Amino acid sequence: MSTAVPTAPPPVEEAEWQRLSPRMLFIHPVIEIGRALPALAGLFIAGTSHGSPWPGLIGTVVVVALSLTRWFTTRLRITPQQVQLRHGLVRRKSIATARDRIRTVDVTSHLLHRVLGLARVVIGTGSNDRHGGGRLILDGLTLDAATRLRDDLLHRPPIEGTAPAPAVTPGDVELARLDTRWIRYAPFTLSGVVTGLVIWGFYWRLAGEGGVDLARVGPLHAVVHALRAMPTGQRVTVVTLGLVIFVAVTSTVGYVLAFWNFRLIRHPGGTLQVTRGLITTRATSIERRRLVGATISEPLPLRAVGAARVVAVATGLRTGRGAERGGEVLLPPAPLATGVALVRRVLDGTSAATGPLRPHGAAARRRRLVRGVLPGVLLSAVLGVVWAAGGPAWPLAVSGALVLVGLALGVDRAAALAHGRDDGYLVTRGGSLVRRRSVLAEGAIIGWNLRSTFFQRRLGLVSLEATTAAGRQGYHVTDVPAAEATAIVGAISPDLLEQFRSAPPAT
Amino acid sequence: MTDVLLRDPAHLVSRRARAYWLVRALPGWLLIGGVLTAVLVGAGWSTPVTGSIVWTAIGLAVLHLVVMPWWRFRVHRWEVTDTAVYTQSGWFDQERRIAPIARVQTVDIERGPFEQLFGLANVTVTTASARGPLKIHALDRGTAEHIVAWLTERAQTAGGDGT
Repeated sequence: MSTAVPTAPPPVEEAEWQRLSPRMLFIHPVIEIGRALPALAGLFIAGTSHGSPWPGLIGTVVVVALSLTRWFTTRLRITPQQVQLRHGLVRRKSIATARDRIRTVDVTSHLLHRVLGLARVVIGTGSNDRHGGGRLILDGLTLDAATRLRDDLLHRPPIEGTAPAPAVTPGDVELARLDTRWIRYAPFTLSGVVTGLVIWGFYWRLAGEGGVDLARVGPLHAVVHALRAMPTGQRVTVVTLGLVIFVAVTSTVGYVLAFWNFRLIRHPGGTLQVTRGLITTRATSIERRRLVGATISEPLPLRAVGAARVVAVATGLRTGRGAERGGEVLLPPAPLATGVALVRRVLDGTSAATGPLRPHGAAARRRRLVRGVLPGVLLSAVLGVVWAAGGPAWPLAVSGALVLVGLALGVDRAAALAHGRDDGYLVTRGGSLVRRRSVLAEGAIIGWNLRSTFFQRRLGLVSLEATTAAGRQGYHVTDVPAAEATAIVGAISPDLLEQFRSAPPAT
Repeated sequence: MTDVLLRDPAHLVSRRARAYWLVRALPGWLLIGGVLTAVLVGAGWSTPVTGSIVWTAIGLAVLHLVVMPWWRFRVHRWEVTDTAVYTQSGWFDQERRIAPIARVQTVDIERGPFEQLFGLANVTVTTASARGPLKIHALDRGTAEHIVAWLTERAQTAGGDGT
């Protein structure tokens, strides 16, 4: 049994069902063939080894035909109350979204879309976006229609111009723009590691499904051969150096691709708009009332060079891993001071981004240290026994190093732990490998989770989590003394706490 | 500032909950026991090492099956007021969750095979936050239905879209 509490939007059906742009008939096959490439390549290679190209050709035709059905089976309708989408060949799906539930509208144009003058519109609606449930994807509107739809949905007067990055109309305020000097931070984002893994994965799929071992053909063969000929020390140096250069170069390329032409502007109505991208352009709009905070995020390598990125905390925005994929970047990796200043401007001049925070005290600090060191110590104990029983000594040395790394992490984490309330915002801070300072409007907090392990209870600590419909859905105040956690809840949600407090109200 | 702490939620869950938790934990231990037996028989019984492994596993199982249901029963509590839902759950690790009824989006009752065996039901209350569902496990069926009816009615009068 499931009881949905809010009432369903009233069905008012007057507008006509329409198709997406027929130009999508060019795009779908290309994308689907690209996706099926390793399998198709395998079919072709398997076929030609038997002297026949037919398996590959038939496979390609099937893929193309299936991809075309997507256009023929998709219909959309935009009524004054709803946006409705129907799609699917075998399993018909129908999705409707009430207009007043729309939080964000994201207009993206990939390379092919741009060549054909098309755009993909993603409409975000709130609570279930994190799992991709509440999103409506209209892939293949003309740019013109996409921008009009966005302006229409977000209740703004339409602006002239057809580009996804509209010309700055009078009244628009530019809050940030890419400074080419920021690109020097790109290698420290390590986004190239992901690229490397993707290439590695493609290599394995090709070897597995296509039966092609790239290490046996072409220039790669020569490289492998040359590496085999080197002494071990030299080989390690060369491979390490090669990987470092690879990651640095691909990270930089990734940064430029994602953030070229980055601009953050504020429309007169308060709506924020982020436009960015070199080949794939993307324009994300966030209504001001949906923007309930921001996170300043400093991954360790970026922190080491004094840089940070800023991410919006807004209802209806996906929060994925990797800032490039989500639509929520307010500032690409840039100097920390720029990020802090931006949060201040975006959230109407609040001091919450800079204000002093309360550290969590000695017990919390000890817990961070113990948790940092413990895995290494346990491992060392086991390996020590192994060594005493006649095993090799080097694993013990490695685990000893692990203890030191854990200690450093623990110290750094302990230093990061803090929270504060400032200007109507709850501010949380924590983390070492990725340090985050999050600013969340107190009005956006829905409820509270207070978690404590057996060991935390012995130390009198709890981990407090403020739940919200925006961003990461929950913001943590880790290892805070129990009384202080209750005080935070009481200060922000007095009505909630009042009925469940143990002591009578202080007079 | 005086130290203000949260009190426990007012109500315990069903008295049959202890038996329910005990029975629900059994299959896991039976599986572990089965795998362990298969491995040890395969390796040849009765060295001192295998003996100590078996006794450790049996000891852990008994400890878990005796301590966990009793401990859980002392921790699991719930309370629904005019304006809020408050739950407490867990045993070794414990969690309290508070949410205002005005922000409640859905209320679910769920009865799996173990719940039906003991005439129990689990209630899940969701809010607009993916991190915020409140779960009350092992309630009497009647109590669970009562809670759902109450919450549905209260949430409807509260209105709003819950975000």
